[in-house]
Amino acid sequence: MTATADPALAADALRERRFFLSLSLPALFIVGLAAILPILWIIRQSFLTTGGEYTFGNYEKVLSSGLTWSALVTTLELSLATLAICILLGTPLALALASARPRVANVLMAFVMLPLWTSILVRTYGWLVLLRRDGLINAALTGSGLTAEPLPLVYNFTGTLIGMVHYMLPLFLLPVYAAMRDIDANLIRASSSMGASLGQVIRTVILPLSAGGIFSGSTIVFIYTIGFFITPAVLGGGKVNPLSTRIERTLSTFQDWGSASVLGILLLIVMAMIGVMFLAARRLSTRNGAAHA
Amino acid sequence: MLEAYPDNRLSRIFLWGFSALVMAFLMLPTLVVVPLSFSASNLLEFPPRAYSLRWYETFFGSATWMAALRTSLILGTLTAMVAVPLGLLACISINRLGGKAAVTIQGVLLTPSIVPGILLAIGLFFVLAAQRLVGTLFGVLVGHVVLAIPVACIVLLPALARFDWNQVQAARSLGANWARAIGGIIVPQLHISLLSATLMAFLTSLDESVISIFISSGRNSTMPKLMFLSLRDQIDPTIAAISTLWTAIVVAVVLIVTLRRKS
Amino acid sequence: MESLPITIDSVSKSYGTYVALDDVSLDIQAGEFLTLLGPSGSGKTTLLMALAGFVRPDSGKLLLGDRDITRLAPNKRDIGIVFQNYALFPHMNVLANVAYPLALRKMPKAEARRRALDTLARVKLEGLSERNIAALSGGQRQRVALARAIVFEPRVMLMDEPLSALDKNLRETMQYEIRRLHDDLGITTIYVTHDQREALIMSDRIAVMNSGRIQQIDTPQRIYDRPSTRFVAEFMGEANIVAPGLVRRIDGADASRATLMIRAESFHLDEKLVGRDGIALEGTLRAKAFRGENWLLTLALDGGGQEVLVCIPAALASGCGELATGQRVTAYAPAAKVHPLPETIA
Ligand SMILES: Nc1ncnc2c1ncn2[C@@H]1O[C@H](COP(=O)(O)OP(=O)(O)OP(=O)(O)O)[C@@H](O)[C@H]1O
Ligand SMILES: [Mg+2]
Repeated sequence: MTATADPALAADALRERRFFLSLSLPALFIVGLAAILPILWIIRQSFLTTGGEYTFGNYEKVLSSGLTWSALVTTLELSLATLAICILLGTPLALALASARPRVANVLMAFVMLPLWTSILVRTYGWLVLLRRDGLINAALTGSGLTAEPLPLVYNFTGTLIGMVHYMLPLFLLPVYAAMRDIDANLIRASSSMGASLGQVIRTVILPLSAGGIFSGSTIVFIYTIGFFITPAVLGGGKVNPLSTRIERTLSTFQDWGSASVLGILLLIVMAMIGVMFLAARRLSTRNGAAHA
Repeated sequence: MLEAYPDNRLSRIFLWGFSALVMAFLMLPTLVVVPLSFSASNLLEFPPRAYSLRWYETFFGSATWMAALRTSLILGTLTAMVAVPLGLLACISINRLGGKAAVTIQGVLLTPSIVPGILLAIGLFFVLAAQRLVGTLFGVLVGHVVLAIPVACIVLLPALARFDWNQVQAARSLGANWARAIGGIIVPQLHISLLSATLMAFLTSLDESVISIFISSGRNSTMPKLMFLSLRDQIDPTIAAISTLWTAIVVAVVLIVTLRRKS
Repeated sequence: MESLPITIDSVSKSYGTYVALDDVSLDIQAGEFLTLLGPSGSGKTTLLMALAGFVRPDSGKLLLGDRDITRLAPNKRDIGIVFQNYALFPHMNVLANVAYPLALRKMPKAEARRRALDTLARVKLEGLSERNIAALSGGQRQRVALARAIVFEPRVMLMDEPLSALDKNLRETMQYEIRRLHDDLGITTIYVTHDQREALIMSDRIAVMNSGRIQQIDTPQRIYDRPSTRFVAEFMGEANIVAPGLVRRIDGADASRATLMIRAESFHLDEKLVGRDGIALEGTLRAKAFRGENWLLTLALDGGGQEVLVCIPAALASGCGELATGQRVTAYAPAAKVHPLPETIA
């Protein structure tokens, strides 16, 4: 067999590996400094009093407060509602785009992506203009006599939800559209030739085959919406308070760093739990898929 | 795809009608701002009864807004200048190492993009507060760089995976050390991807609002921070003018990226 | 420019449990043109890349002259390499590609330009110096790659299947030109190919590799006529490996006890064309095929039915057209072309 390895050459190999590792050190350093250290700091801060002594008081205070639990509920309500509406609006749109000729689809996709490239603040402003009491939509509604009184469309849950759906829809659409584009058109020809109605084709062929895309899209929606801040802060008008705005208020208005940190950790835990749920769901579905095959 | 289903006129009309509505929903808030910005009135009336450039004049005449614009542009430039070289080096490292090490590094570098902005913001706020750096340009810069690195990596990793690494071997055999091979062979050939990465990093910083809101202050306030504050306090058509300009900048940058990619 | 000998001393390399190079030792003389020949996956590229410094051996030594280069960085080895896909720099024009190694060596611009142009002339690319790489044909790219590898006067040159991407005619021209360039420069060259004809035509010596080992290293003629293993015999062309006992000497003397290697084209159907010390094989015709310049006959030998390929040049095969399958045929081979395989001699 081969001779034993030369230690000097093995050391060289290690040195080369270290060289390549070192190329990513500056980037890792920044991420450590500006992302990982801050998260650790939040954990530390959650155990500190304003005076800097260690305490569990922040946890007691935050966890016993009804505001915390209502914030948690609002957070989940917003996420779930956003997700539901994204699925309802995004899936048919993805279906239409995937059915269009590639040229047309590309142009339409560019339009769909336009909001993605518009600052969240610009969009939020746009919604304010549209949804206010004297805004465009209410003017149109009362003007046409559809409603007598202007509807409360903004500075509440509805307005926040509209803004969040608007933000998430393109991000949800991308993976769904990609999955649908990959479906072989021959499958559809085949099932229609076997007598399936359009509804049946969609239900039994298209939706199952794009389930992976819808799943990815849903994951993205959840991960983003859990921590959403700008939209509830502006379009909620102080009346819609998920964890994110609660954190901001606790920090800026009450200067209570400890409680803000506890709320941050709560947010992190919620995210981790949902992440684990999604991972488990994915694993379960791939296992079932394998069992079917 | 549905075109493969024979005789689907009715459902197609329904589908397209629905999709048109959804697309209108997506575009509406961006587009509605444009005519408002040219309104001559103090009121947010639509369509405006008379047109003028007064809100643009207000914007360009305001020292506060101009300072914020300057801060944002400087921050965007610095962010791109720092994040892209760091991202490139990290991507080379990921590409060359392969295996578990590469997956780990990639995972760490991508974390900032999934952690909620509010958490990064308050955490960074605590860290910077301990160093008395809240409100400094540097504080916001590290926050933006950490968000721009994953963006740069997402552009650069596939480009490096497509790169013909034999060329680096060729350069090495001809006498180039690693630094010269990166500078003389990799960088010039990735210039389109590097440009994309630069512009995307720039945009990431330009568009970032949550970290800016918590960290930047006073003279160093960014555009998004000022916009956020004025959206909360009072809304007048100045914001419409700013929004229009802002969107125009972003669309221009995106167009440059996509057109350069295509050519 | 003085060229250097290369010493490869017990070099091994494994990828996990897979042994790509298994204790390879090889001495290449200064100015020699040596070809590494072997099937795909036999470790040719791995050995070449170990010399170039891109594959780190697990053990063993590599020497250029007296200098141990085993641990030297690739950019300090001064070895010219022609890569299989040429690896030209698409963002530089022809001249810049060729001048690149000179620029790295901090040669003044004007001199580098002159040297690069001289080298381009040497590979017959005058007038193309300002072209973009994308605007070159395959053959022209090949020449640029050659020019770039020799312009800095390396003392050793490595080429990994440099002609595999070219069509047949161009390949033959380039085989000749690469060899001529080698003879002009006298540069020690290791050339990798898996085309045995190319190896025979170009080389001073051939090293046949299989599964990470060197099977035989010899002159082309000896590799072809006197293979030392069954693998080499079969890899180099249509070889018949005939068990002892199936052959008889024409003059009736005792036949060899060793397994014999007889190339298909060594046979004759006419006893008179073979000396008295030649051998004869008897069998029945299984199949025949006309291949233009020759006929290929398949005989099933008496006593066991082993099949033997017999290749008769068309000029000597006047009778082949009339042969019918099932007919009895005797094939003769001269003693000089009957080679006892050393590995089978007990
Ligand atoms: N980086 C690597 N990791 C794992 N195995 C490798 C690596 N490089 C080469 N090998 C293996 O080593 C063996 C020898 O490869 P090598 O490239 O030297 O073959 P080759 O003789 O050049 O073949 P070809 O004629 O196809 O170019 C192959 O089986 C290959 O799969
Ligand atoms: Mg090879």
